[in-house]
This record gives sequence, structure tokens and C-alpha cells, in this order.
Amino acid sequence: MINFIGINALLALSLNVTLAAGMLSLGNAAFAGIGGYTAGVLTVHLKAPFILSLCGGTLMAGLVGLLLGMPVLRLKGVFLAMATLAFGEVVRIAAVNLDITGGAEGLTGIPNITQTWMIFLALALAAYFLAALRRSRIGWGLVSIREDETAAACLGVDITYYKVVAFTIGAMMAGFAGAMYAHLNYLITPRDFGFFIAVDLLVYNIVGGTRVWCGPILGAALLTALPEILRGIGVAAGPIRLAVNGVVLLLVILFLPNGLASFFTRWRPAAAKAVSSERI
Amino acid sequence: MILSVDNISRSFGGVQALLDVSFDVAPGTIHGLIGPNGAGKTTLINILSGVLPPTGGQVLYQGQALHRLPAHQVAALGVARTFQNIRLFPTMTCLENVQAGQHLTAQRSLMPRLLRLPSVGREDRELEERARDNLVRVGLEDKASQPARGLSYGERRRLEIARALALNPRLLLLDEPVAGMRRGEAAEVADLVRSLAQGGMTILLIEHNMAFVMEICSCITVLNFGRVITTGSPDTVRRHRDVIEAYLGSERADA
Amino acid sequence: MNLLAQQLVNGLFIGSVYGLFAVGYTLVFGVLDILNMAHAAVFTLGGLSAVWLVQSAGMSIWLAFPLATLLAGGLGLLINAAAFAPLRRRADSQFSGLISSIAMAIIFDAAALGLFGARSVRFPPGTVKVHIWQIAGVTITSLQVGIVLVAALLMVVLTLFLQRSRTGKAIRTVAENERAAMLLGVNVSGIIAFTFFISSALGGAAGVLYGLYFDSLAPDMGRAIELKGLAVIVLGGMGSIPGAILGGLAFGLSEVLTVAVSGTSNLRDAVAFTVLFAILLLRPSGLLGRGKLREA
Repeated sequence: MINFIGINALLALSLNVTLAAGMLSLGNAAFAGIGGYTAGVLTVHLKAPFILSLCGGTLMAGLVGLLLGMPVLRLKGVFLAMATLAFGEVVRIAAVNLDITGGAEGLTGIPNITQTWMIFLALALAAYFLAALRRSRIGWGLVSIREDETAAACLGVDITYYKVVAFTIGAMMAGFAGAMYAHLNYLITPRDFGFFIAVDLLVYNIVGGTRVWCGPILGAALLTALPEILRGIGVAAGPIRLAVNGVVLLLVILFLPNGLASFFTRWRPAAAKAVSSERI
Repeated sequence: MILSVDNISRSFGGVQALLDVSFDVAPGTIHGLIGPNGAGKTTLINILSGVLPPTGGQVLYQGQALHRLPAHQVAALGVARTFQNIRLFPTMTCLENVQAGQHLTAQRSLMPRLLRLPSVGREDRELEERARDNLVRVGLEDKASQPARGLSYGERRRLEIARALALNPRLLLLDEPVAGMRRGEAAEVADLVRSLAQGGMTILLIEHNMAFVMEICSCITVLNFGRVITTGSPDTVRRHRDVIEAYLGSERADA
Repeated sequence: MNLLAQQLVNGLFIGSVYGLFAVGYTLVFGVLDILNMAHAAVFTLGGLSAVWLVQSAGMSIWLAFPLATLLAGGLGLLINAAAFAPLRRRADSQFSGLISSIAMAIIFDAAALGLFGARSVRFPPGTVKVHIWQIAGVTITSLQVGIVLVAALLMVVLTLFLQRSRTGKAIRTVAENERAAMLLGVNVSGIIAFTFFISSALGGAAGVLYGLYFDSLAPDMGRAIELKGLAVIVLGGMGSIPGAILGGLAFGLSEVLTVAVSGTSNLRDAVAFTVLFAILLLRPSGLLGRGKLREA
């Protein structure tokens, strides 16, 4: 389970990059799938060494992200979410229907190379990278875009370029996580990166908090561990686990909109409540 | 002339918002843009700042064609603006809003940050100082760590100016900078604008507050129904028949 | 030729169910500018509860259907009360509304799983007496006709309601300009609640019809229709009810024709997403949409 927490946290972080810019992309599960399958194919069919497979998966995901990002990032809000969801489903259907990906059964025979320490090293590096990114020029630019795109543009922020950069970085990170995941379990199936996972990643970010780097990690850890904890105390998985996810998400968005991490930072609920005066 | 607006037109579907608008702005001056509501003033500013393309005409800024550039490139040329509806970054503090405005003037490179070089700390401190200086100029230094949306209306307008100044602009476009302000507050903004002009900045401002406009502008362009009625000194404009008619209606034209 | 006609007829039938589902979806979007992500879950619960009513409570489908519809409407009220109403005052209400409706969807899906189990169920045989007709070489069942009639009836009633009745006009006013509606004395929060009621009732009704048509219902049936519903309303234009109806029909037809042409059902779902993708990139306002893309 600790491995899953790590992978999920890494995936959640990858989504955070785009969320930081206010982009509601739900495609990162698909990018992870692309990375995982590419890496898996490289290892199994081409007998490539692990490092090469990892790089291949990451780069492939990044490339697709770049190609997808350019037309799709013009879309706003809910439309972007829909387009990325649709993209995710297309990837899943492709995975189910192509021979090279092993069809619905998935790609099997992937050697178990990934170790726990690798996952957490990657996670630590990713978190460090994101924290530094936030304080850099790009980071400030992304947050400006999230707050008010027009104002950001008039301050010199190249909106399209930054959005594409954020999207591609997120895609590569997700691809990397997917590649690691593929080498964790001997196989990778289309179900591993479907619709539910895409939504889960969003939930991890919302619950944990999108404003600080530790938010997504916190959310991923909590929501990955919660069903196991519940199972440990005798509550069956399945519907209960699902319901808990939903209830936690609802409570967070209603009462703690900046996520659980806001307990530790200054993004207090009071600040969010004050938003109401702005609307009228 | 630092800015030459040359036969700018803009239509939205069937509505002709601007038609053949032409005027020049001399460097280092405060140029006013006035006119009744709906005259097209904000549309013009949107075109000048690159937010909206014109449907006809051109704009020359320091000899360079401005009208075909997107907003971020216009900003990179040293043109900053504020917004009629105020577009602050709501969840950031006042200081952070200004720091966000330093996008073009600050390096904030990623590599040094990843490597935790000591220069990063220095740079951040310096940028913060500069941001605070901008807040001081608009009189908001003690609100630096407050969230931007908690400010009063007038304070938000001033914060937007501070953020625009973070660009170190050569041309500053102000859209109703003193709307909703009391006389004292507006006077302070007038002083600020005058000192900016004295420092070499060119300012083009839209305002409905006539006292404010007449007092600090050296040249005024009047728009009505998307067309220029006249451009001239405050005295000329004040007495111009068509201007009076535009504002007061034709019954009082000979007042 | 007969084959084509048969496909057209089939497409029409499934298209009307899609249309009914999409109408509910687009109604909420038109009024609130929010996508209710829990709509598919209501669809599922509507269908499943109808099965339960017929199977366990021994009700006739003629009673179970309206009851399930009302129940779904009630769920809509719950969604509004729990997920949307508390967030209306927030500046980021579009985004947070989306998230909270996802939360409600998850909760409802969990409820469906818990109450009905993971297996798929079907209406007991004999729920509906089915007659089969052959017209001009095309096979039509009375079930199909019934479904289309019911769907059409609901959509016509809704349209008339929105055009003619006072509440309907109030809904349209709120959709145009919420603040103005408030100033005109419209009880905005009541209207919104009522809109959710109608929208979810229609979604639940679509669920029952879908279950009758495919003779199979499972807690994850919402998954299948969710993205299709999205594709339909984007195709037809967000916020446009006629668009949703037309979009649903067009969509049903294209799905059926894809299966017929390609010979497999694998690509059927791909149609949804390709359509969605293409529309979003090429003409985001859809066929009959309001032309203005909502900002995030």
C-alpha cells in the first residue's frame, strides 16, 4: 500500500501543476497510462533497460501532452475538463483495442523493478521541483493566470505558452509515475488509468489543497490509506469506501475549500468566506 | 509623439464601437480621454493594450505598430494598464499582487532556486523591497500583507495602479483611476500621476471626474458614439460646442 | 435500404433517451452555468429504483415509472441543497459547484452500489407487454414506440411549461440574469431548487427508459451515459433545450450507424468522445448554443 500512496501522490502532484494555473485538466490519468504502456512496451518488447523505459514513457507522455495541449488549452473551465476527459477515454479505448497493449487484459510480463525507495525519491524530487517552481517566474505567472487571465496577460504573462508548459510538465510527471507503476505490478491494464482514476486525482488535490505542494501529497496519502484503514477496522470496502471519498470531498469543498493543507498554511477558510462580498 | 492612434475602428457585429479615432499623445504628458458613457473609451484602451484587435486603423507606439500585438507583448514594450472593473488577483495579498506585477522586471529563474543559491534570497528581498516601494507610492504600505479583496473600493484602484507600476512602464493607461474616490483620495492620486509624468512617464487616462481631468491633463481627447469630437487643451475642450452638446444635450448647447 | 431504415429507427429510439437525459443536463447548465456532474448518478438511481419498485414491491411499471421519476426529482433537490446552494455566494462557485457535484455523484454511486449490489439487474419479465410490428420491412417493438412517446411527451411538456407557465418564465428569467430576476421579485433560490427537481426527474426518467430499452441496469450504467450526455449537450449547444433534443437524436443515430458500419461495438463509445472533442475544438458553442463560451 505504501507504494500506491507514493504513486498516487506523484500523480496528484502532476495534476497540481495544471491546477495551479487554474486549468481543470482531467487527462493526467491518461498520460500516466501512456507513460506506463510506453515504458512497458519498451521493456517487454524491446528489452530496454529500466532507465530507458522510464525516459521513454515520460517523453512519450510529454509529447502527447504537448500536442494535445496546444489546441485544447484554449478552452475554458468545464470545457477543458470535458475535452481532457474525452481524451482520457480515447486513450483507454485505444489501449483496449490495440494488440501491442495487450487489449483488455493489459500488458503483462513487466518485470518488477520499481522499489519503494525509488518511488519516494521521485516523489521528494517532484515536490521539491514544484515548490521551487512556485516561487520562480513561471510559478508566479501560473498563479496570476489562475487568478485573472486578462490581468496576467496585461502584465506580460504569455498565457498560451505558460499553459502549455504547465500542461506538458504535468503530463511528463504523470507519464513518469505511470512508467514506475507499470514496473511495480508485473502488468498494466486499461482499467488502471480510466475515468475513476482521473477523478480521484482531482479529489486528492481538492481534499489536500492545491495551493501548497504538500496538499496533493496529503490528499493522496489520506484517501489511499483511508479505505485500508477502514478495512482494518472491519468496514468492508466497496460502497463504503466510495461513500467516504464522496463525503470527505463534499465536506472539504463546503467548509475547507483550500484543502486540508490549509490548516498549516495561511490559506484559511476565513479568507475564502470573505470572497462572498466580491460577488455582489 | 510617443503614441499615435491612427483611424482606429472597431465594430462588434452590427455595433460600431469606434470609428476613425485618431489622436496623438506627446511623451511625458498626461492625456485625458473623456466622453459620455458608451462612447467607446474602454474599448479603445482594450485595443491599445492588446486585449482586443481593431477592425481598422493602426496604432504606433514609439514608431512601432502596436495594434497587432497580443497583450503580453504590448506589456513587454512598456505599456501598463488598469481596468475599469478592477482586475486584482483576489486571493493574493496586496504585496503579492504587486510582486506578480513584476513578471517582466524580475528574473526569478528556476535553476538558481532549485540549487538554492544564495543569490535567490537576495533577489527575493530586493523584489519585495521594490514592491513595497510601489505600495508606498500609492499609500498602501500598511496593507501590504492583507488580502486584496478585503480592501475598500478606492484602495483597490490604488493597488491596481501600484501593480501596473511594477512593470516600470513608459506608457500607463488608467481606466477610471479615481472612480468612487473621495476628493482627498482623488487628490492624492492626482499628485501621484503628476509625479509619474514628471519622472518621464506618459499617462493616458479615462475619467468621468471632470475636476480631476481638467486639473491634471495637459491635453484631452473627447469621444462620443465612438468618434472623436475634438482633441485639445482643457480650456479648448471645456468651451467646445460639440463637447458641451454631447454631455448636456442640444437644448443647453448655447449655455 | 431496409437495413438503413432499421438503423435509423433504432437510432431514433436510443437517441430520444439520450435527448431526455441531455435535456435535464442542459437545463441546469442554462440556469446556473454549472454542469451537474451528479446527473448521471441520478439517472442510475432512477432506473434502479424503478426496478426495485417493480420487482420487490410488485408495482406495475405504470406506477413505478412516475414514482421513480419523482424520487429522482427528490434527489435533485438534495443535490441542490447539499452541493450547490451553499456555494452560490462564492466567487469560485462554478468550479466549487463542479467539485461538489462530483462529490454527490460519488456518494450516489456508493449508495447505488450499496443498495443494489454490483451485479446488473433487469426488469422482471412481463413488466411490459411487448408487441412486435413489421412496417415496411422494419421491425419496431411497442416498447420502443412507448419509450419514444414517453420521452417526447416529457420533452414537449417541459418546453410548453417553460414557454407558457409563470414558473417556467421565472426559470428562463433566472437563466438570463439572476440578479435582474431577484430584483423583479423572483424567488431565485426556490426557482433553482425547482429546476434541479425537474432536471433530475427527467434524468431519472431517462434511466428507467434506458433500463427498459436495454433490459439491463447496473450501478455503473451512469458511466456509459455521462460522457455521452456531455457530448450531446456540447453538440446541441450548452443551455439549449432544443439543441439537447436534436443533439440526442443525432448522437443516437451516429452511434447506431457506427456500429452498423464498423461491424463491432468497440468503436461505439469512441464516437462519443470523438464528437465531443471535435465540437469542443471546432465549434464550442454547438449547433444551437448561445454562442458565448462560459469562462471558468
